[in-house]
Amino acid sequence: MSRQVGVERSTVASRWGAVVFAGGVAILAAAPFLFVTSVLRTLVQFFYLLALAQMWNLLAGYAGLVSIGQQAYVGIGAYALLAFTNNVGLNVFLSVFLAAVVAAVLSVPTAALLFRLRGGYFAIGTWVVAEVYRLLVANTQRLGGGSGATLAVAGIDRTVRENWTYWIAFAVGIGSVLLVYYLLRTRLGLALRAVRDRESAAQTLGIAVLQAKIQAYVLASTVCGLTGAVTYLSLLRLQPAATFSVNWTVFMIFAVVIGGIGTISGPIVGTIVYFLLQQYLADLGSIYLIILGTVAILVMLKAPRGLWGWVMETWNVRFFPVQLRVRTVEASGGGSGTGASSEPQPLHRGSIDK
Amino acid sequence: MTWVNAVVQGIMLGGLYSLFATGLSLIFGVMRVVNLAHGVFTILAAFLALVVVEHIGVNPLVALVIVVPLMFAIGYVLQRSLVNFTLGAGVLPPLLVTFGLAVVIENILLKVFSADSRGLDAGRIENISVRLTDWVAVGWLPLTIFLVAVFLLVTLQLFFDRTMFGRALRATSDDPGAAQLMAIDTRHLYAVAMGISLAIGGVAGVLLGVRTTFGPLDGSVLLIFAFEAVIIGGLGSMWGTLVGGVVLGIAQTIGAQLSPGWFQLSGHLVFLAVLAVRPTGLFARAGASE
Repeated sequence: MSRQVGVERSTVASRWGAVVFAGGVAILAAAPFLFVTSVLRTLVQFFYLLALAQMWNLLAGYAGLVSIGQQAYVGIGAYALLAFTNNVGLNVFLSVFLAAVVAAVLSVPTAALLFRLRGGYFAIGTWVVAEVYRLLVANTQRLGGGSGATLAVAGIDRTVRENWTYWIAFAVGIGSVLLVYYLLRTRLGLALRAVRDRESAAQTLGIAVLQAKIQAYVLASTVCGLTGAVTYLSLLRLQPAATFSVNWTVFMIFAVVIGGIGTISGPIVGTIVYFLLQQYLADLGSIYLIILGTVAILVMLKAPRGLWGWVMETWNVRFFPVQLRVRTVEASGGGSGTGASSEPQPLHRGSIDK
Repeated sequence: MTWVNAVVQGIMLGGLYSLFATGLSLIFGVMRVVNLAHGVFTILAAFLALVVVEHIGVNPLVALVIVVPLMFAIGYVLQRSLVNFTLGAGVLPPLLVTFGLAVVIENILLKVFSADSRGLDAGRIENISVRLTDWVAVGWLPLTIFLVAVFLLVTLQLFFDRTMFGRALRATSDDPGAAQLMAIDTRHLYAVAMGISLAIGGVAGVLLGVRTTFGPLDGSVLLIFAFEAVIIGGLGSMWGTLVGGVVLGIAQTIGAQLSPGWFQLSGHLVFLAVLAVRPTGLFARAGASE
């Protein structure tokens, strides 16, 4: 009885998950024809929060970079949208994508400065940068100064605007999940996961650590800029204090930590949890934030892999498998190809940097 | 002459910033942790002083006698009950736990004291000043705050250099494992360090409250100022921290002189300039680059 050893990536859960995911995506894509406006607005909010959470997870969960200044790019995206639409007079939907380009361009010199700092000081450094962008905008009267401005969309039919806002938000939200999933299966993704698990070991294996981190930072910042533009395409009213608020990052941290850092499903779960809590508890104001903060601290201390980490450990399901796993197959006995003699074990377990 | 005046005011302000920075820098030096709740704790101390002043009716500077030991106790308990459990598992847990703590305390302060700005009234000292020249005058209060800051920094430096505890602290900073083999209880030592850090933050917070107004949401700005002073001065250097605070203070007062909206921005820009030109800071100690 000979044994064959195979390497595979997909899991039963991921194959069924793909079917369910595709079905869900199809329904969500048709949402403007199915649901009323208030539902659409709620979904738009869900999508942009999801995209932000995915990007923060890409930074902290995979690149090992803790940023508490991602609100910088939300604000840059939003204000670039405002500048292209109101000041230059371009089409508002085109401006959304140009805003992402602005965020990408600004993130490169920003990274050059920030990557001189490490660990915790990098974290506060990102915050300072966000403050600098906020103060620069607040001191620019053409962008509305400290009191803010409103996006000029009066010329566009309301239904057309809301539907297209939805589709762009939908594309950004779902796209962010697929982007991270795709990215992690590339060479850069493998490098990032190696860096996260042990930076010095990754370096000795020839990974250009700094380069990989900068690429992740620029990518995450670009998508955050795009998401910021989408967010304010939906909200319309910009104000430096709110647009550059650290609360954007507080949300990202909460969603990723509660859901499960370093997994793709984690931020999705975290965003759903945040979303549900917000619908019921947001009226409580500061008490709501006290609860969020306390829960995040407890999860970090007691269950650092979050809700999804617990699910993965308990049921061994992976909807977005990024790691290759070895499984042995009995050659004789004629069982189906997946009749594994032993439970497939991941070569690599998605742990937080240990 | 307004410029000279701005520089003098900036130096005085810098003394206060170096106090914010010393607590942050101490914790990083000892356990390589950046306490993202440091600014919020500084504000908490100011509010504690406010409560003491309102209930006992003493001068806020006298309230220090109660607030500072209280802050030390809070720091000790915080470290033993929370932060110690986040150590040794990478950079993420301590950052996220202290950030969560900052959010929680900030919102508790908001709930209890509302978002209004408050002030601490220290009486006559707030209104009298010393004339340096015909055009430049320094208030007694900013001058006192500056001198208190310098005195505290000198005392701390002596404490770390000369005492047994200071030696244990430096040993643990260099190599926690070896320090433990030498029978140093690092958990206790970390807790005392956090106590000292928040006690200094307590002094800084009360002085801030006497000097200007404060509100529950000001913690993040203080954390940023402290951090900028640390980086401008250079990691691991007490005198660097003082110089860093002073440079930041001067940058802000001169910026405010240019345009009222530039008070914070000019400080940030000087910080970024230092980061671009001399990322190790102005007074970096050799080998303290991490």
